[in-house]
Amino acid sequence: MAQKVLDALKSHHAAAIEHTESQHGDEIVWVKRDQLVPVATWLKTDPAMLFDAPVFCTCIDRLDWQPQGVPPSMRWTEDKPRFEVAYQLRSSKYRYRLRIKIAVPESDPRVPSLAALWPAFDWQERETFDMYGIRFDGHPDLRRIYMYDEFVGYPLRKDYPKEKRQPLVRRDDLPMNPIKVDRAHPGDK
Amino acid sequence: MGVEITTTRLEDAAKWAKASMADKAVNWGRKFSLFSYPFVTACCGMEFMSVAGPKYDLARFGAEFPRFSPRQSDLLMVVGTVTEKQGPAVKRVFDQMAEPKWVIAFGVCASTGGFYQNYSTMPGVDQVIPVDVYIPGCPPRPEQVLDAMIMLMDRIQSGRGHSQLRDKREQLIAARNDEG
Repeated sequence: MAQKVLDALKSHHAAAIEHTESQHGDEIVWVKRDQLVPVATWLKTDPAMLFDAPVFCTCIDRLDWQPQGVPPSMRWTEDKPRFEVAYQLRSSKYRYRLRIKIAVPESDPRVPSLAALWPAFDWQERETFDMYGIRFDGHPDLRRIYMYDEFVGYPLRKDYPKEKRQPLVRRDDLPMNPIKVDRAHPGDK
Repeated sequence: MGVEITTTRLEDAAKWAKASMADKAVNWGRKFSLFSYPFVTACCGMEFMSVAGPKYDLARFGAEFPRFSPRQSDLLMVVGTVTEKQGPAVKRVFDQMAEPKWVIAFGVCASTGGFYQNYSTMPGVDQVIPVDVYIPGCPPRPEQVLDAMIMLMDRIQSGRGHSQLRDKREQLIAARNDEG
């Protein structure tokens, strides 16, 4: 559908693009991390593109992604980047849809922020930071948005124990007061 | 002389009977004039509205108005899912209520966390404040809520609410300390 967009990107920003995919009518472009802001600026301002509508920003954690029926080359291994940050954009004038993906390694989870280009990505990037711990460089106010500041870790990462709660208050008279237990055995956390 | 030197068992019994009659009368008044504070966080709130509305009419049992100030209420109804982030807020609301006070956990989320077994949801509001009556159901039927209301009124009448028991315990401890 938006194959034109992919072709134009390839001709204008060949050096910034790793590869492109099309799946189920959705066009995906993999952009190199340090080239994200120039590519996004071009997509927003070029008169033949005019991607004016930010749809979402999220992240995919590929840790131990070994689905059946997928060729082994596509499965996740230790040497592949663990995270994918995805930005979905829409051009309301030309009715294009485009997804930008950036591969992010676990050792350096940083992505340039697009909140200055599309202000609606401000809170979306905060959510992605809150849940996955991706740092958005240049974000105006990168704080947790759902969880409280005392929360340690990033709950939607695949290696976060899904039922590990971090209570702020507990009754003193509970038989098994978790706060007291944690204080008694700080190593058990 | 103003100083009691001896008492007989009969006199004690009369005194206790008098005290317990007064308690009964006070508790009778309490159970028919509950002012509820609905701490509504989720979809159970719709069910709470239907209980408070004219068809099921919670007002029949004396719980006439929801008071949206904890300082004017003596029944905290925790209606819906409570997250760990909300824990301090629930505790603060409960602490602001005047004694004696009672708590109903409305719905399975407020009672146990329900199907939210995850990092963010508190496994039941009783982790933070003492709960008198739990209402299961997702959401509970209005009849269940009315049943819980009757149970709570029974408890109040017999002085078995959490805050009443705590009060009694503190009085006993104080009396023993005075003697000793």
